[in-house]
Amino acid sequence: MSHPAAQPPRLRLAGVAKAFGATLALRGVSLEVGFGEVHAVVGENGAGKSTLMNILSGALRPDAGTIELDGRPYAPVDTLDARRHGVAMIHQELSLAPHLSVTENIMLGAEPQRLGWIDRKESRARAAAALAQLGHEHLELDRPAGSFSIAEQQVIEIARALRTEPRVLIMDEPTSSLAQADTERLFTVIRQLRDRGVSVIYISHFLEEVKQVADRYTVIKDGQSVGSGEIAGTSQATLVRLMVGREVAELYPPRRPAVGAPVLTVADLQAGPRLGRAGFTLAAGEIVGVAGLIGAGRTELVRAVFGLDRCAGGVVTLDGRNVTGQGPRAGWESGLGFLSENRKEEGLMLPLSVAENTVLPKLGRMARLGWIDRRGVDGAAREWIGRLGIKAREPGQRVGELSGGNQQKVALARLLAYPSRVFLLDEPTRGIDVGSKAQIYELVAGLAQQGRAVLLVSSYLPELFGMCDRIAVMRRGELADCRPTAEWTEATLMATAIGTAA
Amino acid sequence: MKLNSMLTRLGPFLGLLLVIALFSISSEVRGYFLTYANFKIILTQTVIVAIGALGMTLIIVSGGIDLSVGSTIAFTSVVGALLIQHGWNPAAVVAAVVACGAFIGCLNGAAIAGLRMMPFIITLGMLGVVRGAAKWLADNETVNYDASVINNWMTTPDPFGWSLPPGAWVALAAAVGTAILLRQTVFGRHVFALGSNEATARLCGVPTLRTKVLIYTLAGAFFGLAGLMQLSRLRQGDPTVAVGLELDIIAAVIIGGASLSGGVGTVLGSMIGALIMAVLRNGSQQMGWPTYFQEIIIGLVIIAAVFLDRLRSRST
Repeated sequence: MSHPAAQPPRLRLAGVAKAFGATLALRGVSLEVGFGEVHAVVGENGAGKSTLMNILSGALRPDAGTIELDGRPYAPVDTLDARRHGVAMIHQELSLAPHLSVTENIMLGAEPQRLGWIDRKESRARAAAALAQLGHEHLELDRPAGSFSIAEQQVIEIARALRTEPRVLIMDEPTSSLAQADTERLFTVIRQLRDRGVSVIYISHFLEEVKQVADRYTVIKDGQSVGSGEIAGTSQATLVRLMVGREVAELYPPRRPAVGAPVLTVADLQAGPRLGRAGFTLAAGEIVGVAGLIGAGRTELVRAVFGLDRCAGGVVTLDGRNVTGQGPRAGWESGLGFLSENRKEEGLMLPLSVAENTVLPKLGRMARLGWIDRRGVDGAAREWIGRLGIKAREPGQRVGELSGGNQQKVALARLLAYPSRVFLLDEPTRGIDVGSKAQIYELVAGLAQQGRAVLLVSSYLPELFGMCDRIAVMRRGELADCRPTAEWTEATLMATAIGTAA
Repeated sequence: MKLNSMLTRLGPFLGLLLVIALFSISSEVRGYFLTYANFKIILTQTVIVAIGALGMTLIIVSGGIDLSVGSTIAFTSVVGALLIQHGWNPAAVVAAVVACGAFIGCLNGAAIAGLRMMPFIITLGMLGVVRGAAKWLADNETVNYDASVINNWMTTPDPFGWSLPPGAWVALAAAVGTAILLRQTVFGRHVFALGSNEATARLCGVPTLRTKVLIYTLAGAFFGLAGLMQLSRLRQGDPTVAVGLELDIIAAVIIGGASLSGGVGTVLGSMIGALIMAVLRNGSQQMGWPTYFQEIIIGLVIIAAVFLDRLRSRST
């Protein structure tokens, strides 16, 4: 939206940078948001959008750069301070207290009171007013928030944010768990906010939605703002080019694919609400990538293949044997290996030693009558510490003391130490430094060279293009397309993932 | 770092020495407190909590908890007394009492694993169920019997001699066995894996449900053994005995360095924790402190031990 030239924009960022240890999450982001403007911030997974929004909402402090709010320097010390300045954020994961009523949720932390007694009438009146502003006065004020649909809960959360009269409202992927009709309704709410003069920062990688709801955009790529402008008159192709336009470096080992006979066949696999129907085959010596947006069902696919999650339908065949939904233990035994995307929550036992983490799946094999050969265990761990270059003092060191990259190598060591024939890797290089990444790529390429089959799930496109023989794209729980890597470009792949295939 | 790992290993030891030193300050008390005869009493008083702490160590390391221990001890001691009454031979009584404890543990484990419910809730329920069953079985009164060799397990013929009561040796042997089980066997390492991160354990093919049932069953066998020692000490089966004993046992394991969130704990630590509890009780009595004062002291020691533990783990 336009504003008088003399007046500063509502929010102006210049050269904002942030580093976590050695990783530069933001290298220099500049953007301007006007009054009553919906400003879309778009970029690939890991481009730095979340870091940027955490800085704006006061959860993180920038290392460099300036931020101005209505022409005055803006440097919130925490999220509460940010709210006081009129900057509120709606996170992707909602943060309502499910057992409290709608009123209590909206008024939480700012309950009107008299000598410590809650003024219930006033509470209800204010909550009702906030909901009315959003055109959702039909929500029952006394019902527990948790009993409403996700879309309605989102409205309640927005109502809570409105209580503090925000000047800037940040919404992080607000439609990722909404159905189409709910998305339309949310857009109506956003437009109402805009018309009342609230500036909305809308983060998304669904480009159709951005085109629908936003006035202007900024593209973030590798921690930098690489382009801004009016949405009207900008094509989706332009946005995609800005988002992905970078080169594949010499990070990836040269490969001489020698694809053998099919090993793993997955047909019509269904599991939970996120995995609709997916089928593919994987041959010996082949690396197949799985691309897709967060929430497209990629993780659910590999978990279902391995048997970690219950399958609702479909068949997984390994070497002609049906291995559908047989559970992780039988998974290992039948020759499947699995690397979890979630190192800390699921992948590793942080309080235990490197050795213990490395040999757990084959502990039974290394023991005689239940009796562990500790020297054998330490020896095996030492071997893998050497082969993967894990920076650990001794096999007995606790995994929790290692750096992220080294932790990931321990998880990989566990996988490699077990003689599997099919390797299911879910985001094997997430959150680790470039040096460790290159090592992991080499190991994965080595597996394929030995005739093992690899399924590589990744959100990082250059990695898929650099490593895979074929790439499959998932979209909203379905395997949309699978083609040899040479037939994809980053743009066509993104377009397929987003659902705007040309 | 080095200093820290030393502290971790020696922490419970230092605590024990500190507690002993505390009661040795007064020269009046020291004269008796520091005698071998008194230490023998302390060791004997430790036996029941120590054997219970072995089972509890397995459970807490696996990330669980068991609140039904006191009830299990009372129930199994009543069973033991009834069997002696019926003229069973001592070996059969021992086997039956331990098996009875294991059965209760197995019920706990099966409910926790099968129903996927929190150990706290299940065992809280079992606390009541088993206590009630013990009273029912005993007709709500103590079960008396004439005499049995089992009565001699918690005493020695000569209270001032060097020999230790058989119960203390049983506890020691059980402790060594459990330590080896936890360190050297696949089952033992699976217990740690389960407590460190159940999701990882499952992912790595650890049979989590079966392991859980086994853990509670084995722990139940230890609680049965503790019930036997209780029987030997009282020389009668008393369904109202050992109320709240599970809290002493949990405290011993926690003072010994185990973490309530699982994955961390040692048998040696738990045994020293049990000793610290017994020394505190014994020393307070020697000092002539009233029992309410003992309770306050023990409560504060538990809080201090866990607080120090947190400081220790934060600095790594």
